[in-house]
Amino acid sequence: MEALAALAALTGDEAKAASAAGSAGFAYGLAAIGPGIGIGYLVGKSVEAMARQPEAAGMVRTTMFLGIAFTEALALIGFVVFILIGL
Amino acid sequence: MASTPDPMTTRLEGEAPEITVSLDILKRGAYVSPIIVAVCAVFAGLDGVWSALYAVALVLLNFFFAAGLVALTARISLGLMMGAVLFGYLARLGLIFLAVILVRDASWISLPALGFTIIVTHLGLLVWEMRYVAASLAFPALKPRKP
Repeated sequence: MEALAALAALTGDEAKAASAAGSAGFAYGLAAIGPGIGIGYLVGKSVEAMARQPEAAGMVRTTMFLGIAFTEALALIGFVVFILIGL
Repeated sequence: MASTPDPMTTRLEGEAPEITVSLDILKRGAYVSPIIVAVCAVFAGLDGVWSALYAVALVLLNFFFAAGLVALTARISLGLMMGAVLFGYLARLGLIFLAVILVRDASWISLPALGFTIIVTHLGLLVWEMRYVAASLAFPALKPRKP
């Protein structure tokens, strides 16, 4: 309740800044969900492949690591948008 | 029909390719960082230089931390590796967030330069490394030149 009262007491510019920060944080959270699902799927399939065919594990691990890093780039882009708009 | 081994008890011994990949990325990062720093210096001055250096260090540490986590947990169990990758993703995002929050009000920071460097370095180094990995997987006998 106190937080709501504090929000209601904000002036125009402060309210604008607060809503920008809130929206940016929300967008960052949304941007992190997709890569999380992607990494989970990618690693799950890689583990399945490595357990089924251990002799190919080196190749699977290399491509898995690159895939994780590429997927993580999406979250980093969301983070950069957050720091540029929200901070 | 052959049964699939249990991923929870399967573990991978031997050398860790992630460490090799991340060391390659580290080397390439050392090569390109002067260029990125120079570009940021043109657009954001001395603040841009420090911000770019900070961002390059963040990206390279992120790669190295991710590779270390995969290499360490793959020796124990594939199931543990999967958990470590997922929670490691959250932990690394949290650490990057913390690292930026800690310096956001510093006098030497330029947030646009920091953001630009994080994205460009991360994607650029990955694409560069992917070219080498793709070539070495497709034509192993050719042994593409390392950085």
